[in-house]
Amino acid sequence: MGMTEIIAVLMILGGGFFLLVASIGIVRFPDFYTRLHAMGKGDTLGIILILLGLCVYEGFTLNSAKLLIALVFVGLTNPVATHALARAALRYGLKPLLKLDQKDMEPSTTSKIDALET
Amino acid sequence: MQDVLIYITNLLAVIIIIPFYRVLKGPTVFDRVLGVGAIGTKTLVLICLVGFIYGRLEMFIDIALAYAVLNFISVLAIAKYFKNYRKGA
Repeated sequence: MGMTEIIAVLMILGGGFFLLVASIGIVRFPDFYTRLHAMGKGDTLGIILILLGLCVYEGFTLNSAKLLIALVFVGLTNPVATHALARAALRYGLKPLLKLDQKDMEPSTTSKIDALET
Repeated sequence: MQDVLIYITNLLAVIIIIPFYRVLKGPTVFDRVLGVGAIGTKTLVLICLVGFIYGRLEMFIDIALAYAVLNFISVLAIAKYFKNYRKGA
């Protein structure tokens, strides 16, 4: 057990933890925008940690460079996809869950406040 | 190290099943798209780990890159398609 192997195992375990937390957040948050928040941050961090752990374990090879390319691509495109989805939902007319609608815990399509009148 | 990789791969195969609930039971269309995107980004990591276990990373990383591009383009296309719809009209 060298030092690089310990670092790689710790990174991979941390990435698995973040992916698990992001999945639970996607199921259990009450609103669409909060679910989007859970996906856009937790998933990106988990994927980056797991791929960095594989990179550390691999060393200086061509496969490590390919893993870095995949890591940079995912870290750039996952927030872009999340942002596009959020903007499409706002344009569609989906209103976020406000403080007044906390009793029924539904995604409020008929909100009492027209705060987001576009 | 090989045992740790196998355990993590099994854990990830369990984690991928969890957002499928959101795909089946989303109140809106965007919830379903979100669940599909989350499943796709986790599948990319699963492909990389399987390639690492088999010792053929040079082949599986190309598959993972193509999968990432396809997932991103599909989410963007669905978002652009539903952007012009007004709710109720």
